[in-house]
Amino acid sequence: MTIHIPSALQSYTAQQSEVSVEGSTLAEMLAALDRHFPGIRFRIITEQDAIRPHIRIFVNDVQFQDLSAPLSKTDTVYIVCALSGG
Amino acid sequence: MKASHAPVSSGAVTLLIGTRKGAFTLKSDRARRTWKVSSPMFLGHIIHHVVADPRDRRTILMAASTGHLGPTIFRSTDRGKTWKEAAKPPAFQKADEGGKGRSVGHVFWLTPCHANESNVWYAGTSPQGLFRSKDGGTTWAPFSYINEDPQYIEWMGSVQDGTPDGPKLHSIIVDPRDPRHLYFAMSGGGVHESGDGGKTFVPLIQGLDVVEGFSPSVVTYHDPHCVRLCPSNPDRLYQQNHCGIYRLDRPSDTWVRIGKNMPKKVGDVGFPMVAHPHDADTAWVFPMDGATVWPRVSPDGKPAAYVTKNAGKSWTRQDKGFPRSNAWWTVKRQAMTNDAHEAVGLYVGTTQGEIWASRNEGATWACIARHLPEIYSVEAACFGK
Repeated sequence: MTIHIPSALQSYTAQQSEVSVEGSTLAEMLAALDRHFPGIRFRIITEQDAIRPHIRIFVNDVQFQDLSAPLSKTDTVYIVCALSGG
Repeated sequence: MKASHAPVSSGAVTLLIGTRKGAFTLKSDRARRTWKVSSPMFLGHIIHHVVADPRDRRTILMAASTGHLGPTIFRSTDRGKTWKEAAKPPAFQKADEGGKGRSVGHVFWLTPCHANESNVWYAGTSPQGLFRSKDGGTTWAPFSYINEDPQYIEWMGSVQDGTPDGPKLHSIIVDPRDPRHLYFAMSGGGVHESGDGGKTFVPLIQGLDVVEGFSPSVVTYHDPHCVRLCPSNPDRLYQQNHCGIYRLDRPSDTWVRIGKNMPKKVGDVGFPMVAHPHDADTAWVFPMDGATVWPRVSPDGKPAAYVTKNAGKSWTRQDKGFPRSNAWWTVKRQAMTNDAHEAVGLYVGTTQGEIWASRNEGATWACIARHLPEIYSVEAACFGK
């Protein structure tokens, strides 16, 4: 599936704004993403497996908050940096 | 003068500056008269602390986060030319199923360990957590038991008991004579000591005041802002606390409030504290207005350091060179530091993005950089001989 990477995280993906990884759940996709781009997961997911406060994850056009949510190969995932103030 | 655990340095000084919007260095000439500011490093990142390793004079660690992303640590082994992110930044233990675990918001404090333990570093976080790296900052693990200990969790209090941008574990101190002898402080949560390499810690709060109406016997209510050990006499510590300035001479475990000797109209509230590297009777503070709603600016808009040269019996104002009025600064707890030259250099970073320096132990001050972002921390390093 296609994962859209925000600019704040493109230092991990060699400046790529789109990458492809697989996973049948959001958690699996994030684990795969971290295997390809080490360190990226901890910047967006806490050690308690919660999405960080100013990060949002959309699958197609629906916001996901549960890492156990299922994904399909045709999904497009958007990792978005929400407003965090000045 | 006793031999100091901070050898006398000389030559050029490099200031490592952490700001709300990135990191910078300021490099001096050998006389510390002229300074050159670097381009920003990690522009836009929130940099809480940048610390050089005095053991190898090459490694620098940087505590970083951004408005959106989680915390991390960057590491340079070539004096800041190139940086690599920690493979495993500090993170709390994951809670059991259904449990309520904590998450590191940001790494706040970095301390290189003892000279005999190369590659060992400590980190303090917000919310309060203590972490250690044994590989020079590449991987980090929770250190000691305190991060998950119910008593320590109680003493740490809630987010509402901490400083406005998150409660912090700071002032991690390693006794230069014994790496098993450790101190740390928490805002809030008091000062703590271990004599067994972190197997056990005990509170060290006797003699410290707390906010009026609360009991000083309750560890949670204690708010140390900055604790410093004297390199020339590691049995002496100084502390700038929310409720005054203190000194502790070991083996006593009772802090003595030496801030009562400050001028009444200035008071003894502030954030940073600096201990002279070669003379344990000398220390500096940078007072702030802690009246009414705690403006946290220089009293009356007139910035000044205050020095004691007799272990707190008396204090002298040092304001030559600072603005005479209308300078509404705040100096954060990590934003005042010193070098170890024979005539000690002092350095102050302000919330308005200025760096002020004195190369004569505070007698005169000059602004050596301005227009930087809000300054969170300043550390001095000597990378030469």
